[in-house]
Amino acid sequence: MEKYQFKPKSRLREFIGEKFIALNALAALIGILLIFTFIFKEAVPIFTDREVQEEASLSKMLYKQVYYEGREPKWSWQPNSTVPKYSLLPLFLGTIKAAIVAMLFAVPLAVGAAIYTSEFASRRMRELIKPVIELLAGLPSVVLGFFALVILATALQKTFGFTYRLNAINAGVALGIAVIPIIFTVAEDAMNAVPKSLRDAAIALGANPWQVSFTMVLPAALPGIAAGVVLGFGRAIGETMIVLMASGNAAIISAGFTESVRTFSATIAAELAEVVFGSPHYNVLFFIGTLLFIFTFVINLGGDFILSRLKEKLQGRS
Amino acid sequence: MKRIALIAGLVLATFSIALAGNITIKGSDTLVRLGQKWAEEYMKKNPGSVIQVSGGGSGTGIAALINGTTEICQSSRPMKEKEYKLAKDKGVTPHEVAVALDGIAVFLHEKNPVAELTLAQLKGIYTGVITNWKEFGGPDQKIILYGRENNSGTYAFFKEHVLNEEDYADQTQTLPGTAAVVNAVSKDEWGIGYGGIAWAKGVKDCAVKKDDSSQAVLPTMETVSGGSYPISRELYWYFNGVPTGELKELVNWALSPEGQKVAEEVDYIPLPKEIAEKNLIK
Repeated sequence: MEKYQFKPKSRLREFIGEKFIALNALAALIGILLIFTFIFKEAVPIFTDREVQEEASLSKMLYKQVYYEGREPKWSWQPNSTVPKYSLLPLFLGTIKAAIVAMLFAVPLAVGAAIYTSEFASRRMRELIKPVIELLAGLPSVVLGFFALVILATALQKTFGFTYRLNAINAGVALGIAVIPIIFTVAEDAMNAVPKSLRDAAIALGANPWQVSFTMVLPAALPGIAAGVVLGFGRAIGETMIVLMASGNAAIISAGFTESVRTFSATIAAELAEVVFGSPHYNVLFFIGTLLFIFTFVINLGGDFILSRLKEKLQGRS
Repeated sequence: MKRIALIAGLVLATFSIALAGNITIKGSDTLVRLGQKWAEEYMKKNPGSVIQVSGGGSGTGIAALINGTTEICQSSRPMKEKEYKLAKDKGVTPHEVAVALDGIAVFLHEKNPVAELTLAQLKGIYTGVITNWKEFGGPDQKIILYGRENNSGTYAFFKEHVLNEEDYADQTQTLPGTAAVVNAVSKDEWGIGYGGIAWAKGVKDCAVKKDDSSQAVLPTMETVSGGSYPISRELYWYFNGVPTGELKELVNWALSPEGQKVAEEVDYIPLPKEIAEKNLIK
């Protein structure tokens, strides 16, 4: 027994350990703040610098622009044109479209798999499925992107007869594959976290496994599943390589999902390498970066909020 | 003792490499293969020198030259006035040397019955005015546009010489690299793309006519260097100031008959002899 007792010396060690961990956490926090400040700093000239505003003011990013005499004004992303155009609308639409397809594809699969592994699978099956899906998370996105570019695009076009080979659906499905492990892991954890006492109670009342799963566990775990979906959505919005390769990168405005799309993140990846430091185009790309940062931050915050609510609820504290 | 000698040797080796200089070449994706081949051959002849070559697009290379992160910038288009001004602001004086020629081929799918287009028709296609193959006697199919990302020299060149500086249609799908464009067109029966003539594999070259009355010309080594193919261009190396020392040796070797032959071997088009001689750095 004696060796488990703390000696006076270990008090100091504990103190140092605690401070060390706190320092690490602080460093991470400062790191994030610095990153955000840097990104935001490069975007600031859009709001302050007259010269930059002449080429790319906020209103130019938001409204239609006329750029040839006698032609209709329109929203257009053509930063390297003689008259540079920086409409964010087509990029925003593209980002949302790809993310929506990704969610439509990933959520049923991921949640279904989570329900199966948590509620119905045998122990051996569960031990097989979980690591395999989690392994999927380690797949480099460039590999997924390449797969979508070369194989998936052709397969989808042949099956559905799309006019455009690279389109929102193609990119979205590949994105969905990347997002599945995130949703699956969180959803599965949430269902596993439903206390055994609740299950026992349901069974004691005569419920069969299906009833336990769908009328008791699923509703109880719903906030956790929702949190997983939200986190997955955040990833789908920020993911870069897959959309860069599989979406066709055409900045068009349309309601359909069978046309090419250009997303925020792919635009940054494609264009940041080329711009000269400090040019309006450079500032706009960082402005997009800021937007993405805020989007994903808010989305993740929402996910965390839902998740913590679930914990409180299950622990009977609310 | 042996160990000390080994370490000393290593240090000396590193030092001598550092002395010989590390040359970085950056820029145009069209030129990257040529740059690599030249670097390889040059390093074979001069074992002391280390040359690193990377792509990224002409715009990337020019930005790197202006920001001082590369010695040689490869560009498939001349620098813009705006870029010269930016360079001047940063104390960089770009020096331009044309090192090879290139034609921009227009790629079509092998099954596409359309075989020749005029420059005006190409402009119509890429600005989105003409959207159907039936306009050219093809079947009633939508034209699927493929192009390059806007950091590419090829993008800029095509925009200047074919679109007369008008904007590409928003529907143009932009892909990273000519190889990706060729790959896309080879899989898309109604697609059209453009890129350096060295890349056309699995697609068909479209013959291009200057106007309705002139002859349709296929992009080949002869038609480009002879000047009859309408969409051809010079490819450049940019330096900060007139190159001296090893940089000068390198570029003069690239312009020499030997260097130009290397270019030809990897499907670029050598400069006409008198122009290559004129471009040598004295």
